[in-house]
Amino acid sequence: MPAKASEHSMMDICRIADAAALAERREAIRSLIALRHDEEVGIAKVEEPAAAAEEVSIRLDGRRVVRELLVCGGTGCRSSESAQLIEQLRKELAANDITDVEVIQVGCFGFCAQGPIVKVMPEDIFYVHVQLSDAARIVQQHVIKGEQVADLLFVEPSTGEAVVHQDDMAFYGKQMRVVLRNCGLIDPESIDEYIAAEGYEALAKCLTEMTPAEVTSVVQESGLRGRGGGGFPTGLKWSLAAREVSDKKYVLCNADEGDPGAFMDRSILEGDPHCIVEAMTICGYAIGSDEGIVYIRAEYPLAVSRLELAINEARAAGLLGKNILGTDFSFDIHVSLGAGAFVCGEETALIHSVEGQRGEPTRKPPFPAVSGYLKKPTNVNNVETYANIPPIIRNGSDWFRSFGTEKSKGTKVFALAGKINNIGLVEVPMGTTLREIVDEIGGGIPDGKKFKAVQTGGPSGGVITEKDLDTPIDYESLTAIGSMMGSGGMIVMDEDNDMVEIARFYLDFTTDESCGKCTPCRIGSRRILEMLDTLLAQEGDEEMLEKLESLCLAIKDTALCGLGQTAPNPVLSTMKYFPEEYLRYARREVQKAYSIDPDKCIGCTRCARACPVNCISGKVRQPHVIDPAACIACGACQQACPVGAVNKPR
Amino acid sequence: MSHLELDMSILEPGLLAELDAYIESLPDPQGSIIAVLHKAQELNGYLPRELQLYVARRTGLPTAKINGIVTFYSFFSEVPSGVYTISVCTGTACFVKGAQEVLDRFREELKLEEDEPMTEDGLFSINDVRCIGACGLAPVVRVNERIFGHVKPDQVSEIIAQHRKEAADAS
Amino acid sequence: MSQENKSAGIPLPNIFDRPANTVTLTINDIPVTVNRNSTILEAATKAGVHIPTLCHLALDGFDIHSETSSCRVCVVEVEGRPRLVTSCSEKVVEGMVVRTDSPRAIRGRRTNLELLLSNHPRACLTCAKNLDCELQKLARDMSIREITYKGERKRFDIEYSSRAIIKDPDKCIMCRRCETMCNDVQTVHVLSALGRGFDSVVGPAFHADLGETTCTFCGQCVAVCPTAALTEVNETSRVWRALHDEKKHVVVQVAPAVRVAIGEMFGMAPGSISTGKIATALRRLGFDAVFDTNWGADLTVVEEASELVSRIQNGGPMPILTSCCPAWVNFIESQFPDMLHIPSTSKSPMIMLGAMAKSYYAQERGIDPDSIVVVSIMPCLAKKAEAARPELSKDENQNVDIVISTREFGHMLQEIGIDFPNLVESDFDSLMGESTGASIIFGTTGGVIEAACRTAYEILMEQPLERVELTQLRGLEGIRSGTVMFGDTPIRIGIAHGLGNARRLLEGLRSGEYEFEAIEIMACPGGCIGGGGQPYHHGDMEVLQDRQRALYREDRNTPLRKSHENPMIRRIYDEFLGTPYGEKAHELLHTHYTAREKI
Repeated sequence: MPAKASEHSMMDICRIADAAALAERREAIRSLIALRHDEEVGIAKVEEPAAAAEEVSIRLDGRRVVRELLVCGGTGCRSSESAQLIEQLRKELAANDITDVEVIQVGCFGFCAQGPIVKVMPEDIFYVHVQLSDAARIVQQHVIKGEQVADLLFVEPSTGEAVVHQDDMAFYGKQMRVVLRNCGLIDPESIDEYIAAEGYEALAKCLTEMTPAEVTSVVQESGLRGRGGGGFPTGLKWSLAAREVSDKKYVLCNADEGDPGAFMDRSILEGDPHCIVEAMTICGYAIGSDEGIVYIRAEYPLAVSRLELAINEARAAGLLGKNILGTDFSFDIHVSLGAGAFVCGEETALIHSVEGQRGEPTRKPPFPAVSGYLKKPTNVNNVETYANIPPIIRNGSDWFRSFGTEKSKGTKVFALAGKINNIGLVEVPMGTTLREIVDEIGGGIPDGKKFKAVQTGGPSGGVITEKDLDTPIDYESLTAIGSMMGSGGMIVMDEDNDMVEIARFYLDFTTDESCGKCTPCRIGSRRILEMLDTLLAQEGDEEMLEKLESLCLAIKDTALCGLGQTAPNPVLSTMKYFPEEYLRYARREVQKAYSIDPDKCIGCTRCARACPVNCISGKVRQPHVIDPAACIACGACQQACPVGAVNKPR
Repeated sequence: MSHLELDMSILEPGLLAELDAYIESLPDPQGSIIAVLHKAQELNGYLPRELQLYVARRTGLPTAKINGIVTFYSFFSEVPSGVYTISVCTGTACFVKGAQEVLDRFREELKLEEDEPMTEDGLFSINDVRCIGACGLAPVVRVNERIFGHVKPDQVSEIIAQHRKEAADAS
Repeated sequence: MSQENKSAGIPLPNIFDRPANTVTLTINDIPVTVNRNSTILEAATKAGVHIPTLCHLALDGFDIHSETSSCRVCVVEVEGRPRLVTSCSEKVVEGMVVRTDSPRAIRGRRTNLELLLSNHPRACLTCAKNLDCELQKLARDMSIREITYKGERKRFDIEYSSRAIIKDPDKCIMCRRCETMCNDVQTVHVLSALGRGFDSVVGPAFHADLGETTCTFCGQCVAVCPTAALTEVNETSRVWRALHDEKKHVVVQVAPAVRVAIGEMFGMAPGSISTGKIATALRRLGFDAVFDTNWGADLTVVEEASELVSRIQNGGPMPILTSCCPAWVNFIESQFPDMLHIPSTSKSPMIMLGAMAKSYYAQERGIDPDSIVVVSIMPCLAKKAEAARPELSKDENQNVDIVISTREFGHMLQEIGIDFPNLVESDFDSLMGESTGASIIFGTTGGVIEAACRTAYEILMEQPLERVELTQLRGLEGIRSGTVMFGDTPIRIGIAHGLGNARRLLEGLRSGEYEFEAIEIMACPGGCIGGGGQPYHHGDMEVLQDRQRALYREDRNTPLRKSHENPMIRRIYDEFLGTPYGEKAHELLHTHYTAREKI
């Protein structure tokens, strides 16, 4: 944890006595983010544009700042040394005696493939792939001379042209940032910046202007549905917990994001942790609870530390704890670490894990709203669901209902990854088509390859093919085409991906993550995996395909929890859309041979000498070729090759 | 048949004192048992049977329950790991970009079978982790806290050599 | 609700409705009306529709419920539900339309059964549970002729080092009933699910041998295991060997609870009393002397009552705890090491009889004690471990040599083709075969203490007890208390059966919440009638109640009802032991307890 930032903000925290004091404080510090005012991207509008027009930010110590370098501090960019980059930029500024320019660590911009990202405000210049060695140039050329560093600008793959502003990029063009409103905009380690961006205003509104029932109604009227996958109406869930009579109730936040290839929740917690603190507190008020618990993956150390910092800051500011904002409402939050079990994303399993048990699901009913954590009424929502709450309260349910489809309101965040140019985190209004995401936001498939399928819903979802790409995204439509919304993983596959292997990959995951409690999941998913292995080894037959399908349907029909019920989906959907690939394996018609990349081969002949069946031919210093019909796929050539020119069969 | 020999003396007193202090700081150690086990593993590197038994005695929870929890969650390990833990991300984004080949190559180079906890010299352990969330860098390899992005199978020997050298320099 | 429904945009599940007291539904088109808290399974039973179950266990009378809904074999189709539902857990709703016979329901049920079978050894012919296995029965009932899904099976080691319970995890189907018994009911907490997914299995920590754990060998896990994942260690071959060894003089004894249960293995009604048939059968098997553990129980009562009287007269320690249940002794040694001064030091009836067989009987008949083999037929698996305790021996000769369960006894009879129900009745051999009604009720909860009171009263008050049936001590509640007036002195009695109840009772005693002069504890729910070695009750509470009623009936029908009136007991004191609770009695009939620290 960067001690500097936290000490800085901790020092500045003073107790906020009531709603008026909060408003006063925001008024006093709104200049903090004045340079970052961006109507297109940010929900965090500073009310009077005039304040932004000044293009000066007055710091709490009175310092004038005229320019800010926003550097992404998400896990992805930090893996590419963004923390060191921040230090380097600060050093360069100091070396040049520049005091009115500040380097600020912000949350994830979402454009992870381009990291580390540095955005210069107020000019709104977006630099990508910034290396440590680029720090001096940014300071010398941009900060001092006021010139853009052209080679650090993003080049649009479709046009080949450099793009200066974030909003002009195709990646951001169709996005709409409600949940990610503060990610890439504010310093997640500063409660002041959150407050300056209207933070805790929704909480103040709830506590001073609304009854708990009114809060629940607004959430209900907004049409918000659970973003963890199932899509249960959030407001209805709250009302069920609210109507239970109990001496104790709990608000749980499911931050056990386990879908492989999804990192929406992590980015929210890293980029805007206060919004979760605020939302859970609002939920506590609505359902009559005084204690919240965030169940978070131990694999997310940065998210854990930022969340803990946010909780401490909020407590110090009187926004958590006893008598929040001078009202008689008290609420506090603590963090509970997961220990590596995907099934704990299922709410009953999660509750058992928080209780200190094996994370095995139990049957419902009773639902957590009636009997949850420690058998008390408990509301469980995931991170993204909570992140929607403050803007809904601030802007009203009509505002939220104004985007999305008839049954799915608001936006959805997806982690776009796989064989796609623009890997990253995207947030789009419900109703956006998959094609818009893949082709426009995602920038299409790299290396000129052909699109094959996109998988949503992770191990619980299914593949979507070309013919369904124009489906507008919402809960019902994705289910109708054999996939599901899921938590937001979106993996793109190209023509090289073998769909039977993809199905096997997911089944390997669910088999590994099955808790072992119920028969269909414990044994059934293993049997599916074994059948897929038999098929892939070309030792199966067509009858096996029938058995496979029948077993998948029975598991779907009888498993105890959501993990088991959806585990067969990747198999069923790939079988539905790519039956010929399964048939080829069942009929044992798949060529399994190694191949040589002619561009890499240096013609050293080592592979040919290593081959036990003499199926590699070629002249010295000329690219060699493997005869696929004779290849026995032993791999000897690959081991022998000094330059990595031999590819495994696919 | 009897095979269970527990030698409690392998537990370091200093470590136990720190663990005791942590347990005492908790309002409800039994309900926070997963946190206690996190702490124990953080202090000792892994959770040998003796340590599980110790935690059971200290918290008053049945040993079977502790062992049931330890063997349920993949974060907990009952075997020691090497100086360097090589984690190859096998999340979907990394998988479709060839993480399996990278993982295979690590096993091959280090001559480690899937159920072997670490190399003979105690230097390396391999585990496959599910999505560390750096999908933009896929395939991703993490060696302890250090991240390597866009790893190709051919870079594997280089990564191993780098850490061998680092260990040699350190000693 | 409809408002919310509309705004939410999706249909609202009707689970939150508040129905009336009864509910009418149809199951396979058969209308049935049941209480609103009923499950579909209960409703189906009422409608005459059989739904197979496997993990489900409900012993309502003891409030024992194992409801993991994990086997998924009882799934049925409910109109309007997207998936099949488990009938064992799903509550009925007004107007529910249930089908148990639709192709979809059958596919779900069959698939899950086949999956279980695909991961289960198919060595039924040589399995200890052959024809007693719930999984096997289901496979038969559902006409499984081949297993569609083949693949890897889990492999674990068989563990039998405890000499009481065999653990064969490969046969575990993860129904978790044993966990319910061990953890929730008995609070021994030795068993937990270990591992995850396909590799998960139930076992003790670190897959340790049971002998290394705090397992009490109560055998309740064995009693509820649907397969042979948990069974008793079979000792019948040792019994055969002894019987066939001409140099050995083989003495057998039979516990009270055996005689009201053994008939079930031969198609007789639960609660049939088979005392006379047992004596005949044992002679047919070739035992040299056929004795009755009831005689040992009478001896135990005299010792224990004398000890109680001695403690009353000498100011404690109070209360006295009965000690004839070996699982209970194992429990207190590992769980309440600070309270080991309270239990009576009297050995159990089985051990007393064994000790007397190798001393008094040997002396009377002029037999070398070393050539005597004492075999016990017990409703209990902990008795097997008890017999092996080093302290229960004399000159390195164990008081009891071999213990077999009621079930093993039944199997021995089946092996040599004895037509048990049609046997003529005969009496036990004299010397250690005569008994009183007091000893018969040892087999049920409350019986030991009632028997002890009948005798202690007369020792202390020196006058006859008129009303021998102390009904205030009877029943099946887990923890009971009653007062017996010894003249003007109230003797407060506490009774617990099931080790979880025992724990609560002892904790209450420790905290001062409870105060008693005497306590009886039985490890198994119901007492020995529900012991871990009894014929399987398969979750039928009626069976246990019938056994209990039979014991009280037998007590009523016995002419002598107080242990100290047993003429053969009087004789042994006169001729051999001297005074009750005296020096020789101490040497032969009393023991001590040791605190044990285990996993």
